[in-house]
Amino acid sequence: MSSAVTSNASTPVPAMKSSLSLLTGPRLWAAVFVVLLAAPFIGLYPVFMMKALCFAIFACAFNLLLGYTGLLSFGHAAFMGAAAYATGWLVRSAGWPPELGLLAGLAVGAGLGLVVGLIAIRRQGIYFAMITLAMAQMVYFVCLQAPFTGGEDGLQGVPRGKLFGFIPLSNDLTMYFVVLAVFAAVFLAIVRIVHSPYGQVLKAIRENEPRAVSLGYDVDRYKLLAFVLSTAIAGLAGSLKTLVLGFATLSDVHWSLSGEVVLMTLLGGMGTFAGPVIGAFTIIGLQNFLADRVGSWITVIIGAIFVVCVIAFRRGIVGELLAWQQRRQGR
Amino acid sequence: MDEIFGIPVQAFLGQLLLGLVNGSFYAMLSLGLAVIFGLLGIVNFAHGALYMIGAYVAWLSLEKFGLNYWVALVLSPLVVGALGVLIEKTLLRHLYKLDPLYGLLLTFGLALIAEGVFREQFGVSGQQYSVPELLQGATDLGFMVLPNYRAWVVVASLTVCLGTWFLLEKTSLGATLRAGTENPSLVQAFGINVPVMVTLTYAGGAALAALAGVLAAPVIQITPLMGSNLIIIVFAVVVIGGMGSILGSILTGVVLGVVEGLTKVFYPEASSIVVFVIMAIVLVIRPAGLFGKEK
Repeated sequence: MSSAVTSNASTPVPAMKSSLSLLTGPRLWAAVFVVLLAAPFIGLYPVFMMKALCFAIFACAFNLLLGYTGLLSFGHAAFMGAAAYATGWLVRSAGWPPELGLLAGLAVGAGLGLVVGLIAIRRQGIYFAMITLAMAQMVYFVCLQAPFTGGEDGLQGVPRGKLFGFIPLSNDLTMYFVVLAVFAAVFLAIVRIVHSPYGQVLKAIRENEPRAVSLGYDVDRYKLLAFVLSTAIAGLAGSLKTLVLGFATLSDVHWSLSGEVVLMTLLGGMGTFAGPVIGAFTIIGLQNFLADRVGSWITVIIGAIFVVCVIAFRRGIVGELLAWQQRRQGR
Repeated sequence: MDEIFGIPVQAFLGQLLLGLVNGSFYAMLSLGLAVIFGLLGIVNFAHGALYMIGAYVAWLSLEKFGLNYWVALVLSPLVVGALGVLIEKTLLRHLYKLDPLYGLLLTFGLALIAEGVFREQFGVSGQQYSVPELLQGATDLGFMVLPNYRAWVVVASLTVCLGTWFLLEKTSLGATLRAGTENPSLVQAFGINVPVMVTLTYAGGAALAALAGVLAAPVIQITPLMGSNLIIIVFAVVVIGGMGSILGSILTGVVLGVVEGLTKVFYPEASSIVVFVIMAIVLVIRPAGLFGKEK
């Protein structure tokens, strides 16, 4: 099914092209999934894994927009954070069960994405990035001042509750498998979206927007739907993160998180399926490892990775591997 | 005449002046952004960081070397301008043939580096910079007491803005720069060294940001984060004004500063988001921005 749609024309963006590729082959993915299933039993700290998976979902959602539609949203933290707050409040103060809390996060992400998207798609290119950044800053200030978000402290002590009323999530292992299941579902959904006829139109818009318009596509509608899909999934990631860690704070809506998700995607390889996941694990792992070792140098390191990626490493880890593999095959 | 719309006149005029002060900073920064974007095609996220560095250079030169405000006013733009030359020569130069989003991402990285370094060196707490002696005190205008320094900031930055506008729109140097924006290879063919022009443009924009930083130093807390908080508002200002017109970006900056100041009087809770709300409304009504040209 996928070989027919992946063999189209060459593009300057190092996108996932070869379905035979090492990094997209189903066998490799099966192996990765087995490793993820076994992760808590081979000594990987479950809370770290869950956090990384939540950010991997977030980065995958972001990549759907940047990598496959060519839209740079510089305010994606707003959707993750708003959903994190919504779920936190609903589960803690209104007593909603976790599954409804997650759905609510998805809905908040989608709803907010619809509003921001309608405004932002009125401009193209770099303006789109600036508008999303500004709109996200507005969400940040609302979260800072609104009466139900706990201001500077955020929402603390959100219980995980019982999934469907009978699966207690307080156990990290149970929670881990729920997060993993959501991650797998999101990942497959994104693969499906990208390989669908709709995904092909998105790529066409990325490659040449005026041409897509001249072919009769209502480009704005396609872009808006991609934006809403992406923000909905970003919302889901935020909700899940709130359940995992038990809190939602201002750092979930801050612009620096919007920057981090760009970096995860760029570093891993934008326009590839595996890239954002690898990028998210790398950045979260790095932050975890360096947090108590280097203090505020972490910001400098993140900034330096940004600079290096843009100057010398625009294809990202997965993109470089794919290019290397293609060079080898071409020889 | 003690109250305007139920607000004491003194508070009203005070916020109006504060709005004008902020508006002058918005104007200076969005002007620099617009000029850099025009010639380099790069949205300079590091603009806020350069503004922050400008303020720190002023503070450091007073604390460490005893150089006063007036020296800093010249020194800081020079130092930051030199930093701008370095950034353009070593990093931005590689990006001109690429999608503009890479320029945004690179300068975002630079902003993070600057912020992290200054936070490591000076901590997150704010530094104070005292108002220079000459401009201390206030003048009683009869209907309000006007703090001299604030008046100076507004006058100085508007003079600089209008001077830049004059330079770009009314002199032959400006004409060359604008031609470089339209068609760099043709300008090069006329024997003008375009790469040097590009470098100096970036340095000039950086120096403007630093100058705004020095002017701001006595009226705000100098913190490593002061730049990034401001740059996002300035982005919104640029979107509202449209980057096509120099005079337009100056005017938009000042007006939005005033609107923000007045919102603080009438509905303080909304003052931090009013610029973004205006941006959303402008985008719905006139997507190209108030002074932008539809493409």
